[in-house]
Amino acid sequence: MKQTAQSVVPCVDAVRTNRSAALRKRLESFSAALLLVCTPLLTAASEAPPESAISPPASAAPRDDGQWTMPAKNYASTRYSELTEINEGNVKNLQVAFTFSTGINKGQEAAPLVVGGMMYIVTPFPNIVYALDLTKPGAPMKWKFEPNPEPAAQGVACCDVVNRGAAFAGGRIFFNTLDGHTIALDANTGQPIWNAHIGNINIGETITMAPLVVKGKVLVGNSGGEMGVRGWVKALDAADGHVVWTAYGTGPDKDVLIGPDFRPHYDMDKGKDLGVTTWPPEAWRIGGGNMWGWISYDPDLNLIFHGTGNPGPWNPDLRPGDNKWTSGIFARDPDTGAAKWFYQWSPHDLHDYDGINEQILLDMNWQGKPRKVLVRPERNGYLYILDRTTGEVLSAKPFGSVNSSKGVDLKSGRLIENPDKKTGTGKVVRDICPTASGLKDWQPSAFSPKTRLLYIPHNNLCMDEEGVEVNYIAGTPYVGMNVRMIPGPGGNRGAFTAWDIAAEKPAWSLKENFPVWSGTVVTAGDVVFYGTMEGWFKAVSAKTGDLLWQFKTGSGIIGQPITYRGPDGHQYVAILSGVGGWAGAIVSGDLDPRDATAALGFVNAMKDLKDATTAGGTLYVFRLP
Amino acid sequence: MRHGAAMFLFTLLTLAACQREERDTRPQSSLGSGEQPMPVTTLEPGGQRPSASDNKAASFEANAFHLSEGKRLFSWFNCSGCHANGGGGMGPALMDQKWLYGSSIENIHATIRDGRPKGMPSFRDKIPDDQIWELAAFVRSLSGNAPSSAAPQRNDDMMPHPSENRMPDAATLGKSP
Ligand code: HEC
Repeated sequence: MKQTAQSVVPCVDAVRTNRSAALRKRLESFSAALLLVCTPLLTAASEAPPESAISPPASAAPRDDGQWTMPAKNYASTRYSELTEINEGNVKNLQVAFTFSTGINKGQEAAPLVVGGMMYIVTPFPNIVYALDLTKPGAPMKWKFEPNPEPAAQGVACCDVVNRGAAFAGGRIFFNTLDGHTIALDANTGQPIWNAHIGNINIGETITMAPLVVKGKVLVGNSGGEMGVRGWVKALDAADGHVVWTAYGTGPDKDVLIGPDFRPHYDMDKGKDLGVTTWPPEAWRIGGGNMWGWISYDPDLNLIFHGTGNPGPWNPDLRPGDNKWTSGIFARDPDTGAAKWFYQWSPHDLHDYDGINEQILLDMNWQGKPRKVLVRPERNGYLYILDRTTGEVLSAKPFGSVNSSKGVDLKSGRLIENPDKKTGTGKVVRDICPTASGLKDWQPSAFSPKTRLLYIPHNNLCMDEEGVEVNYIAGTPYVGMNVRMIPGPGGNRGAFTAWDIAAEKPAWSLKENFPVWSGTVVTAGDVVFYGTMEGWFKAVSAKTGDLLWQFKTGSGIIGQPITYRGPDGHQYVAILSGVGGWAGAIVSGDLDPRDATAALGFVNAMKDLKDATTAGGTLYVFRLP
Repeated sequence: MRHGAAMFLFTLLTLAACQREERDTRPQSSLGSGEQPMPVTTLEPGGQRPSASDNKAASFEANAFHLSEGKRLFSWFNCSGCHANGGGGMGPALMDQKWLYGSSIENIHATIRDGRPKGMPSFRDKIPDDQIWELAAFVRSLSGNAPSSAAPQRNDDMMPHPSENRMPDAATLGKSP
């Protein structure tokens, strides 16, 4: 473990020294330099790890430099920090270092970024970017950028007007606006460098995801699976914002960028133009498969991995067939977008099980053989381990209450649906677990190579569903399902589970009253941070889950915590507080709890949230005294 | 209170006894909408003027047929996608006492026809004017602003909330008299 980490150091240093020079050059040359310097070193670094070690590939998770430049921390998406100043023993002494009001009373799902002596945050609609100067007392604002998105965009965002964060690369901040723009800012001055308009709110298209920058390309996907929007992922040139490639989530192979290199592992994903033939005529044009979640990148394999969202409409009777390529995962070449493999978590999805959650890239021994895997806590309730070179499913175990399916057939790769929980037009089916929001929604998990546990913030909810007829009217919802959610078994609506990846079972699990809609971060100090919708920001032991410290913030927490080394050399922990999101829409949208179907049924399970918290966006940053 | 209820029942029975409500067999269905402008504020410099009432309003407001048509159209035009069954979602709740753009049927008619800036689409070219009135009347029934004798009754579908003819007036809900 340690050895691998050390041997990567030269690579990181090379990048650092290169950085200032590269700033002046074009972005591509910067990433080219990075690759050239790193590749030989990495091959040298691959010494045999101990049998039980599970760790991200060094190329996708370089040695921690104390910064936080992308929401997932690194390309492997571990959300693991090597900082140890704050640890199990002293975390109880954490104090507020400074706070900052975002001025926006909507759900704050973003991760702050820290680059050098600066912190960057992006707010929910109207998507203001603030740059805070960490070198000065109280971290004053250095600049802010207001993109002024179209107010009408708020009406077509399915589940609050959230934004999941920005990304830093080559001296620029990249972020998306709700009304479908991707914008590059000069990180020093906040001046816009380019602004690409790639989404159309008039067909219900919005952008809420955090972009990922890979090899000089900004990867962006659209939202709109509840509005009959056809999903896509685009790669924009980081230098000037022009679209390099677009890969759709439905439709003919040429649109999905399926070509001769496409080798899916399972027969169900083989065939020509499945994105057309697994739908009723023309339905793929308004069929969803959006990409509003997380992307990971493996530089060694030169592959990006991203999921696809739910098929539209929700009512499955209106779209017989497997509805490719929705509710699945693609591996693609980042240079061309060409698909390498695909796996469908939920073929012919019945319950809005989007497939866009985070994937953590890890190298581990699986049944005696070293495998390059991808770990995915999926919305349908299973913790999948896939071979990331082929898309083969090695394991799929439920990490909470699941009755909508009976497991995954590892031979065919197919989810085994429970016929008793199948929904359809005019039929009310009760007690389906998990809900449309999944056993776990977008809220990203974290992995510690020290404990070899995956820390999963998630929900524990069930629902009643009734399929209804629905008309497609562009720019309005295309759902066709009445939903009402209820607390899951045990009554706790949320849980925070530490999953033992090798043993395929939970190590421990904490119950939370409300869904745990925040992300999480784990550190080498064996501390895990997450937030609750009441507003508690908690630190628990990474080994045992024991509560070590908690602080009550101003509003419910649904953001992504990060930790960084400040300019003074000390470790800090940061979180955006501010309730909202789908789970918190009852508060941020002031919805009426007397309607069980409000917010696509989520309000029914959150009736008491208005008594527990109020809206308000504030950044909290903590440090030891 | 009890007295009022008795009175109400009595009126109801008498009314029911004399005649079924009058209804147009088919509302005017040609495309195009009324153009009457509606203020969305009660602030009027120089003193308040009596608000213009559209003569269509009365004929739609308390009419069971129009209300039930409004309910059907509320799903048909995907209002329910954004406002759920009144509790809200992408759009605000319509069953509470809070109104951004006015609670009168004329205001609501104008909201549906012209749209509102933060994401309410303009249905001017999609929904014929009379059907917009039906929708507006139904929207008011969600907050208890329709006679219970006319408002829609139990759904055949999953019940999201008590039926519209049993909805309390949101303006007085939870408040002592
Ligand atoms: C795409 C989503 C969407 C659809 C479809 C939609 N609405 Fe709206 N609606 C909104 C939003 C968002 C607002 C708030 C607008 C604002 O604040 O500027 C709104 C506002 C309203 C209001 C005003 C509420 C108030 O407090 O004043 C009414 C009434 C209304 N909608 C009724 C309807 C009806 C009836 C339909 C169907 C014909 C409909 N809406 C369809 C999103 C939608």
